[in-house]
Amino acid sequence: MSLKEALDAGKFLITAEIGPGKGTDTGALLEDASAVKDCVDAINVTDMQSSVMRLASMPVCHLLKDMGIDPVLQVTCRDRNRLALQADLLGAWVLGIRNVLALTGDHPTLGDHPEAKPVFDLDSVSLLDLIGKLGSGVDMAGHELKGTPNFLSGAVVNPGADTEAALDLQIMKMEKKIAAGARFFQTQAVYDLDLFEKFMKRVEGFNVPILGGVILLKSAGMARYMNKNVAGVCVPDSLIKEMTKTKEKVKTSIEIAANLVRGLKDLCHGVHIMALGWEKRVPQVFREAGL
Amino acid sequence: MIIAAQKNIEEIKEMIAPYEKILIVGCGACVSFCSAGGAREVDALAETIAAERKEEGRGVEIETATVPRQCSVKFVERIEKKTEQAETILSMGCGVGVQTIAKRFPQKRVLPALNTRFIGAREAEGVWTEMCMACGDCILWRTAGICPVARCAKGLINGPCGGSSNGRCEVSKDIPCAWQEIYHGLKRLNLLHYLKEETPRHKVFIHPDRVVRADLQQQQAT
Repeated sequence: MSLKEALDAGKFLITAEIGPGKGTDTGALLEDASAVKDCVDAINVTDMQSSVMRLASMPVCHLLKDMGIDPVLQVTCRDRNRLALQADLLGAWVLGIRNVLALTGDHPTLGDHPEAKPVFDLDSVSLLDLIGKLGSGVDMAGHELKGTPNFLSGAVVNPGADTEAALDLQIMKMEKKIAAGARFFQTQAVYDLDLFEKFMKRVEGFNVPILGGVILLKSAGMARYMNKNVAGVCVPDSLIKEMTKTKEKVKTSIEIAANLVRGLKDLCHGVHIMALGWEKRVPQVFREAGL
Repeated sequence: MIIAAQKNIEEIKEMIAPYEKILIVGCGACVSFCSAGGAREVDALAETIAAERKEEGRGVEIETATVPRQCSVKFVERIEKKTEQAETILSMGCGVGVQTIAKRFPQKRVLPALNTRFIGAREAEGVWTEMCMACGDCILWRTAGICPVARCAKGLINGPCGGSSNGRCEVSKDIPCAWQEIYHGLKRLNLLHYLKEETPRHKVFIHPDRVVRADLQQQQAT
């Protein structure tokens, strides 16, 4: 069943995410994908995450397709103007890619080529508009297409935005994204289920599936790093303590993730799991969560 | 105003290395207000160059002038006499000033002593911030007088990215998230509904851009 079919059927959606590395070696990446293949509806492939130069998302999506996995092409507005975005989207469709996640993208200064020219010709909202427009048979300038891509488009939202203003703005932008054609949302990692529940209450009437983000905590150090450096991620002290105390880090990490997945199951319409190299442990997370 | 900052002295020395008679020209407008290229800075740079040359054991003849606005040929005219003796003109104007002098005196080599940075304003003593990108399609009426094109690192016009933390931009803690400032501004004005609308952008200007005013052209003809 494809992501679109699962979504249309109103299923609880499960997606994972892999991040291509720097270089042409895809061995470990595709192994990670195989490890989660049987427990997910689709796998996202990141578009040079954190603005670090890496193997492109599109060819990896194509490889996933060959493995019988439904890929989600992550597309950011950081590196391509509207010409390149449209050309790539047409290309993705031709390669059998059917799902796109539209993102603004991190600023290049955050990555390993900080002097790269930031493009941001479009933003996540206008990119979603554009995907819809291509689906209607014309390009952004209104010119007719011969052969039309009909993507399932998704977007992201950060439910842990750290100020009232930031959260209000996230929700307002989320509404714009829905109006522009986003059919599903994946969120930044959730660690505080109470806070996430409050967010879900605020977006109750939006009528679009939300997949709560889960990042496997590998260590207390990683949690502290994310708290300091990743916008919208807040790992509570209780979890950091658990990871510090435990003698079996992997087991505890899986337990924490399984608890989160179980909690998310009652709050939203799916989970988006980011294992960051621990893909082989993902099936166990879902087993323990009872999925 | 246009905010500029003086180039480092090593680069200036490299530029002026072939010359012994130098005319330094300041500007009394923007770069004077941002303490980069006004009469005071002209005198200071003249002194620095003279001292550097003395150390190198090389002579130098420095002449100085500061015009009210270097971007106006009318004012640049005034330095004609002084240019005659100079082998090179070291401009302390913005990029427009440098080019205006170069255009008016095509036989002279004109060198830039400043790096022109942005259109902005003084924020505090010794601090200037960028505020306008001259995009040609002003949306400040929708954004509580705070420009997201210039003040959001990504120039986003439909709301913020998810990268801010504690109201600061993901690019630097020194930059406030423009969208959060807009949010507070619109909230104060009871105009938050603007944030829910998609911001239309129609006008895309090709650069180099020019403004043509037919009404003024006709006036001059009559």
